[in-house]
Amino acid sequence: MPEVATRELTFAQAIREALAEEMRRDSRVCIFGEDVAEAGTPFKVLSGLVEEFGAERVIDTPISEAGFTGMGVGAAMTGLRPVVDIMFGDFLTLTMDQMVNQAAKVHYMSGGTWKVPMVLRTTLGATRRSAAQHSQSLHAWLSHVPGLKVVMPSTPYDAKGLLKTAIRDENPVVFFEDKMMYKLKGPVPEDDYTIPFGVADVKREGEDVTIVATSSMVQVALGAAELLEKIGVSAEVIDPRTTWPLDERTLIESAKKTSRAMVIDEGYGRYGVTGEIASVIAEGAFYNLEAPVKRMGAMHVPIPFSPPLEDVTVPTDQTVFEAARVLCGKA
Amino acid sequence: MTIATDSSKTNAGAKAEQTIRMYRRMTMIRLFEEQVNELYTRALMPGLAHLYVGEEAVAVGICEALQPSDYITSTHRGHGHCVAKGASPDRMFAELLGKEAGYCRGKGGSMHIADPATGNLGANAIVGGSAGIATGAALSAKRLGTGQVAVCFFGEGALGQGVLYEVMNLAALWKLPVIYVCENNLYTEYTHYSETTAGDILARGTAFGVHAESVDGQDVRAVNATAQKLVDRARKGEGPAFLLCNTYRYTGHHVGDINREYYRSKQEEQMWKTERDPIKNFAAWIIEQKIADAAKLQAIENEVRAEMKAAVEFAIAAPYPTTDEVDQDVYA
Repeated sequence: MPEVATRELTFAQAIREALAEEMRRDSRVCIFGEDVAEAGTPFKVLSGLVEEFGAERVIDTPISEAGFTGMGVGAAMTGLRPVVDIMFGDFLTLTMDQMVNQAAKVHYMSGGTWKVPMVLRTTLGATRRSAAQHSQSLHAWLSHVPGLKVVMPSTPYDAKGLLKTAIRDENPVVFFEDKMMYKLKGPVPEDDYTIPFGVADVKREGEDVTIVATSSMVQVALGAAELLEKIGVSAEVIDPRTTWPLDERTLIESAKKTSRAMVIDEGYGRYGVTGEIASVIAEGAFYNLEAPVKRMGAMHVPIPFSPPLEDVTVPTDQTVFEAARVLCGKA
Repeated sequence: MTIATDSSKTNAGAKAEQTIRMYRRMTMIRLFEEQVNELYTRALMPGLAHLYVGEEAVAVGICEALQPSDYITSTHRGHGHCVAKGASPDRMFAELLGKEAGYCRGKGGSMHIADPATGNLGANAIVGGSAGIATGAALSAKRLGTGQVAVCFFGEGALGQGVLYEVMNLAALWKLPVIYVCENNLYTEYTHYSETTAGDILARGTAFGVHAESVDGQDVRAVNATAQKLVDRARKGEGPAFLLCNTYRYTGHHVGDINREYYRSKQEEQMWKTERDPIKNFAAWIIEQKIADAAKLQAIENEVRAEMKAAVEFAIAAPYPTTDEVDQDVYA
């Protein structure tokens, strides 16, 4: 077999490529949000799209998150396939009525007659020195609501394939990108591929402990797995990729195999994604577990500005490694 | 000469037909709501309902200016909008009773009737909650070049919601074919609007460069004439409009709001019912113009009454959804 040169893209380039390919494929797909056109967003994720697709399809809006998200719902119901850009995940709070009371419920409340094929792209993640109102990871809020699907890619490959699936989905999909990952590089095929929702991906196979991680915490878990290997602990890292739908079976099967599990997520631990996944594993693999499922999330504080303070609020390779070591009785 | 006469005859004929259609629709709404109140008092209806009685001229005058493919969004007080846009009373009653034959298979109820076939994007139980949806529908119409217009109905209570101003700004910037219809029935639930609304209501539209007008919401002809003008304008690409319809809610905020004297007097209610009733006044005009006589109008009322009775009977007899329906249609 000849070696196929693997093309590498950054996470941001993978997102942009998915959008561009979907916009070429389907003229109904359009983007709106703050500074999405010429500016290409402050993260430069969308650079070049307005040049190719024009201001009719890559539309700058005023700073009116509730207004243009609501318009996304109406536009999706009536023939467009909007990709709404909410610059910082913290601003989701401003869209909550539109997402929770409108987008999520239209299909059900109308007895299945209207559909809302809309994607809301937004960000999460701390350690960017952006303080309490630009650093939160609020994906658990949306994952709580029936009618929404929630996607959390952890690699450029997954980002492209999952975003294409999101755009083709007939439901409102919330797509979270960790802003600290935009420069992360990884292999991304040039072909048109999609990744189904509700299918977890085993990022690293292992025997001794299952580490379930989401978004950029997958990279943290992989870093911790390297450290664990050095002390003779084989960690399996699993990325659910979507918090809803959730691939419960893969998580449970892995925990049954390893008999120890931990869950790492950048949202708040209390009433959050780690709690939900830990309970799924506890219920499904109880008789195979050697220890309670360990959870690690953001510390229960508003994200502070000062770097040494901010850095202790979220899990790191080292803290995950230490926790896994204790869980495996190697401390 | 002959051609001109024929065409003016045809026009007069069409106008008379339209007049009678509007009279029938207003009567339908009035008698629909009468049945709803009856269902509530007989404890046959789960939950609550917000009646549109007294405001019939607004929904009918506006929707008469729309094409079947045009969009509307409605409110918690939305039965009138649904009927005016062409919904069928039997399926509406079925929805109010939570039956499977309802427009939403019983999952929406009184405050959420939606119907793609009549362009009804849905009634909304969040005050001001549909402003984004209506404006988004107008964006679709413009982008896809369909020529459709979207009408966003809301009560004056929604003037307190910020999202309305966000989307009016956007609609003006992008010249979207959307008409914001503010039904000022004077009461934001149990509070007179003057206690909740500062400044001039029309200025809330004009501040964004949105063309704004007000009209007597008890006069269906005036509502329809103004709506027709605003709809034509929007369809031609001349942008959004704000139409303030001054009207009155005859009954309480909801069917259970019986004792209202702590917020408004019986005399006030009586004055609107006797002097400003949109159906009575329209009937008097129709008779005076000799478009129809009293007997003809009575016949229409009798027909509508029979239709409503049959529709209610249909809904009462209709089966509930089976419980395995509960998790259907959460996702498309």
